[in-house]
Amino acid sequence: MGDSVYIPSAASAVPTAVTSRHSALVRVTHWITTLCFFALLVSGVEIVISHPRFYWGETGNNLTPTLFRIPIPASRNLVPTGYGYVLPDQNGWSRYLHFEAAWIAVLTGLLYLISGLFTGHFRKDLLPDGADMSWRPFSTSIASHLRFRKPNEAEAWSYNVLQRLAYLFVIFVLFPLVIWTGLAMSPAFVSAFPATVNVLGGQQSARTLHFFVSVALVLFLLVHIVMVCLAGFKSRMRAMITGRAGTDMERK
Amino acid sequence: MSEPSRAEPLRAEPAHAEPAGRRLSRRKLITTGLAATAGVSALGVAVELAQKYGLIPPDHSGVYGGFYGLGETLTYASQRLLTRHSLAREFSRSQISKPPFPNELAPLPENFKRLQAGGFADWRLSVNGMVARPASFSLDQLKSYPSRSQITMVQCEEGWSYIAEWIGVPLSQVLQTVGVHPQARYVVYFSIEPDWWESIDMADAFHPQTFLTYGMNGGELPVGNGGPLRLRVPRQLGYKSVKFITHLTVTDNLKGFGKGLGSASPEAGYAWYAGI
Repeated sequence: MGDSVYIPSAASAVPTAVTSRHSALVRVTHWITTLCFFALLVSGVEIVISHPRFYWGETGNNLTPTLFRIPIPASRNLVPTGYGYVLPDQNGWSRYLHFEAAWIAVLTGLLYLISGLFTGHFRKDLLPDGADMSWRPFSTSIASHLRFRKPNEAEAWSYNVLQRLAYLFVIFVLFPLVIWTGLAMSPAFVSAFPATVNVLGGQQSARTLHFFVSVALVLFLLVHIVMVCLAGFKSRMRAMITGRAGTDMERK
Repeated sequence: MSEPSRAEPLRAEPAHAEPAGRRLSRRKLITTGLAATAGVSALGVAVELAQKYGLIPPDHSGVYGGFYGLGETLTYASQRLLTRHSLAREFSRSQISKPPFPNELAPLPENFKRLQAGGFADWRLSVNGMVARPASFSLDQLKSYPSRSQITMVQCEEGWSYIAEWIGVPLSQVLQTVGVHPQARYVVYFSIEPDWWESIDMADAFHPQTFLTYGMNGGELPVGNGGPLRLRVPRQLGYKSVKFITHLTVTDNLKGFGKGLGSASPEAGYAWYAGI
């Protein structure tokens, strides 16, 4: 059956045997990370609301100029937001939740990284082929994305080149950056490792960068969800929950 | 290509794989059982060791039903293992924030206003608990010790920060004067403001940058910044640097203070350890 259909170089043939689209470890770590991400996002937003002003350099407060500010009311009444009211203060549980979720996410990420190196997950599933790294597959992939074309059957079993690069960027650039900029805000951590904040330009720079990287992660999440819906929400969710792949049509 | 790559079609398992799979599953059951037992014992040992070496924060089980105890314990234990002796970053004089930012204060109590009217001449710092010589210090007595200064950052949990020069006496100087018992584990400190109290472990209490500060940026410590006496703990967030300090107690157990969570912060929903 594999011989008769066109298979792009990046995609493996549709297997005839029952195998997992995603390994159990990838599925479990994916959903733990999802839960942690939402916890970090909600608690992060709550923490920002207490001081929705951003600065560059070492210090910044209500008496100093901002780099930019988010035009929302704050949950503390000293912040000059220009609004006449103060939002409820939710920092206590938000901070506890933020750091608990951060720990679980980091430990889950480590488990994923180590197992991914051992099983060849990064090399086999995420690193683009040599053949993919030329303009042709790139332009094909970009063009089919721009036309919102439904992926072919083989793509239910493998990632296209843009997907691979996006996931690699999130795993090896955005996640490490968000952890680093987070740690660079910790007074005790930077007392032992001052270079981690000094190279970023200061503690307020670290906070501002933490915000930007978080925004980038949220943008990735939005695109990720849209692509899952376009590719077939049920089949992609089934693949990430049960490991079984295939199109909706073929499974009924 | 000898090794299978994703470009090749995946093949079905050969038929004889099934019994091998069953044999393996018994082995798997035994190894999983052993691994689980080892895991639980290791966790038990880890908890014992963590308790012995003071790596478990006092608010680990008491706040929000203990739900956040895991994260708090991991944070505090990691910091104590990695950063016990590290020094907070110090800055140059040119980096001092002008003007220093005074955070909002609750209305000051009457006894504070009376002491303020007298130029804080009658301000006292009493020290008791697990000490050889309980004592009470006036500001002048504290100032008679060699004064130290540090240019460090105050970082609020809200997100803002400022840098100032803090002048005072290291807390370790006062603790050595009163003679702390070897089994002491925490220093609890109280503001003149009712219900404002905190505690730190001995690593922070004897840390060379933990100061009882009475001066700022070359002058007196302004009331807005915690004058006449503020405990500075520069390796933790601003809320551990309690303003208007009047009393210290040295203890080996925080259970008897407030709700037993270590300080007023966890009672208000905030982490006891604020070094993050």
